[in-house]
Amino acid sequence: VPVSVICSPPQNYPLYIRSVPTENELKFHYTVHTSLDVVDEKISAMGKALVDQRELYLGLLYPTEDYKVYGYVTNSKVKFVMVVDSSNTALRDNEIRSMFRKLHNSYTDIMCNPFYNPGDCIHSRAFDNMVNSMMMQVC
Amino acid sequence: MEGLTLSEAEQRYYCDLFSYCDTESTKKVASNGRVLELFRAAQLPNDVVMQIMELCGATRLGYFGRSQFYIALKLVAVAQSGLPLRVESLNTVKDLPLPRFVVSKNEQESRHTALYSSDADNPASYSGVIPPPPGRIQVKKGSVSHDAVQQRTSTDQQESTSPVVSPQQSPPTSPHTWRKHNRHPSGGNNERPLAGPGPFWAPFSEAQPGSSTSSDPIWSGHSPPPHQENWVSFADTPPTSALLAMHPASVQDQTTVRTVASATTTNEIRRQSSSYDDPWKITDEQRQYYVNQFKTIQPDLNGFIPGSAAKEFFTKSKLPILELSHIWELSDFDKDGALTLDEFCAAFHLVVARKNGYDLPEKLPESLMPKLIDLEDSTVIPVISEVGEQTGEVGYSSSPAEAPPSKSPSMPSLNQTWPELNQSSEDTAIVHPVPIRMTPSKIHMQEMELKRTGSDHANPTSPLLVKPPDLPEENKMSSSVKFTAGNTVTDGYSSSDSYTSDPEQIGSTVTRQRSHSGTSPDNTAPPPPPPRPHPSHSRSSSLDMNRSFSVTPGQQQAGVVAYPPAVPPRPQPSQGAGPHVHRPVDAEGLIAHTSTSPQQIPEQPNFADFSQFEAFAVSGVNKEEDDEIETHSEVLQVEKPSDSASSLRVAKADGRVEDKAPANVPTSAGKGTTPLAPPPKPIRRRLKSEDELKPEAEEHTQKTGVIAAVLASQPSIPRSVGKDKKAIQASIRRNKETNTVLARLNSELQQQLKDVLEERISLEVQLEQLRPFSHL
Repeated sequence: VPVSVICSPPQNYPLYIRSVPTENELKFHYTVHTSLDVVDEKISAMGKALVDQRELYLGLLYPTEDYKVYGYVTNSKVKFVMVVDSSNTALRDNEIRSMFRKLHNSYTDIMCNPFYNPGDCIHSRAFDNMVNSMMMQVC
Repeated sequence: MEGLTLSEAEQRYYCDLFSYCDTESTKKVASNGRVLELFRAAQLPNDVVMQIMELCGATRLGYFGRSQFYIALKLVAVAQSGLPLRVESLNTVKDLPLPRFVVSKNEQESRHTALYSSDADNPASYSGVIPPPPGRIQVKKGSVSHDAVQQRTSTDQQESTSPVVSPQQSPPTSPHTWRKHNRHPSGGNNERPLAGPGPFWAPFSEAQPGSSTSSDPIWSGHSPPPHQENWVSFADTPPTSALLAMHPASVQDQTTVRTVASATTTNEIRRQSSSYDDPWKITDEQRQYYVNQFKTIQPDLNGFIPGSAAKEFFTKSKLPILELSHIWELSDFDKDGALTLDEFCAAFHLVVARKNGYDLPEKLPESLMPKLIDLEDSTVIPVISEVGEQTGEVGYSSSPAEAPPSKSPSMPSLNQTWPELNQSSEDTAIVHPVPIRMTPSKIHMQEMELKRTGSDHANPTSPLLVKPPDLPEENKMSSSVKFTAGNTVTDGYSSSDSYTSDPEQIGSTVTRQRSHSGTSPDNTAPPPPPPRPHPSHSRSSSLDMNRSFSVTPGQQQAGVVAYPPAVPPRPQPSQGAGPHVHRPVDAEGLIAHTSTSPQQIPEQPNFADFSQFEAFAVSGVNKEEDDEIETHSEVLQVEKPSDSASSLRVAKADGRVEDKAPANVPTSAGKGTTPLAPPPKPIRRRLKSEDELKPEAEEHTQKTGVIAAVLASQPSIPRSVGKDKKAIQASIRRNKETNTVLARLNSELQQQLKDVLEERISLEVQLEQLRPFSHL
């Protein structure tokens, strides 16, 4: 049940949202939206500008009900949010980190594309494929 | 219409053509663009075309049915061959050459001609494609395209007439342009699984600027005009002009649109053809074109085109941004935001294909893959991404010339770093040095010696091994023959690993010990023997005890190594070593002996025999007397080899302790309280202190392991004696370590032994109590 969402500041509107099970999507959307607050909180808590890769990974934002939310923020303040099922206990922190890293890489690739305007929704097929494969892997 | 008989080749050819024209698959070819194009391509006078159409009945019907179409084609052939158009001629004319349709694009023509070199038999080429019309004249691209354009715009057959005329002029100029694409269409056609005419017509339709007449249903969705426009605009770039220049002559009436169209058409055709081959291969002509285009943006062929410039360039193609974005994703192989020559060609190629109606692939086709050195490095991309991330996204779009080159080298280096990073340094596990066995061996030797001496009360020098049989027999708890028993026990102990029998022996030893302690004050001197110079007092005391035990071993039960009595006679303890904790208890004394013996052992030169050491450890506590020890050592050394295997068992150590005790006892008895050789003494002292310090209750297993390890390591230690000082000191250190370990083990074993002996005693008492009842 992983849901990946990328939101970009400062408007915090989702650039990309994808969830594997297509039901209850709205619920996931809502969860992601609410988790943005937590992300912002963590970002502000960081304070200084020393943001390194480690700090980019925000970790478990908060576990709620039966799913967990993980956050990740890039240098350019683009937020990645991932919601996974709590029943998916096999998912370890390292795996989440690697997933975020992959997301970040793919996002960077998208950015490289001169035809992509920052702020547009992401329609890249490659990105879709990557996200799909990642989510399939988790499920 | 009379029946139309077509030759096989004709049949095929016509079928293909019909399929090509039948874009809607309705089996009815309306007078749509394709048909018109076809007829135009036939390069027949307009009136002839009209005539043909009339004849075939299309005019009547308003559309071209299959039969009409075939007839029309046949008539075209007739007309082309110069024969008058007659309905009758359809069937009468034999050996009519296939109607030739000149493709507006040179490449098509040349392609076709090349492909259709043979008559009707072109297996290799287009799948079942129309046999190459022999004389495809290269219609002036511009004209054809123009015609197509005009057609599009007007969708009027009438228009087709005029264009038909003009084509002739273009061929000369276009060929070279088309040459590039010669192969493409053919190849593409080959590849295309479409109906025969498909590939064939694809190039043909390519001739139509952007016209979606590109044969294949694939293109059905595209509207020609937009494409054309796109191409027109696209053609604003120099390439188009270049193309235009190529067809100066051809552009008679051609407007700029036409030229542009032709150019675009050329481009399209080129691209399309290029996309045909395999179907993404780039022909040389195409590639040359691409390179030229690249040069216009970036003069340095080895440089990069920045993303922005590329974006500008490709935007001219009027493809949707989404598609351009996808194309970029596909072609920017190293994800650096810039295009190398290869990447650029691939992107251009994809654009062309897309414009011609081909769906973009999900993955970059192999033929389009940039031939970069890093191509095979999948890590390049992530590396670059990482780099990009690190450098911020600015790097991507900026300084393509500098950045990319640097990236290339950096990519490999980064790639290299990946494996490096992934490499895990393997640190060879530092093997903790096992304490040296020197001590044990010495102790062992001492113990052995002690045993021997003990056993040798009757036979001091008799090797312990000699008395194995005796030991078992003497396993009974008896007080008398402890010495011999000890010896035998020792022997038996040393010779066999049957420490399982130890319990009995232990028991016996216990009793013996007890008895001994009671009877032989001297021998079984309490663990705290009379003051001994050596710290190994415990040893002496234990030794005494061992001695006493060694006496009893003789009475030990048979089959059981007289361990109890043979508790390693610890000369030091028996000799009145300091009041060892072990001493009070016989077992303890034994243990102490054991602990002390190790101390003695290190001193001894022979470290090869762990077994001996173990025996010593068991019994060696009593080896305070160097003489005894030495003699013992000698014997022990001799025995060590034999005992090493067996005596290495710590479990045996228990028995050995017992064995050593008796052994030591006799030894000590023999030697009295003669302190052992000086060398062992200090060690003994240390050991004793260590013993005292160490808690007895330690894990037996640990001690076992330790002793075993120690003993095992002992043999390998060369004798420090005879070496220079450093070696000696080192060996001394090792010995000390070993001593410590062994002392610890001894204490533990002694404790255990004590416990077991007590149990045994209690059990025996119970048994005896019960016996009277059993008799009843």
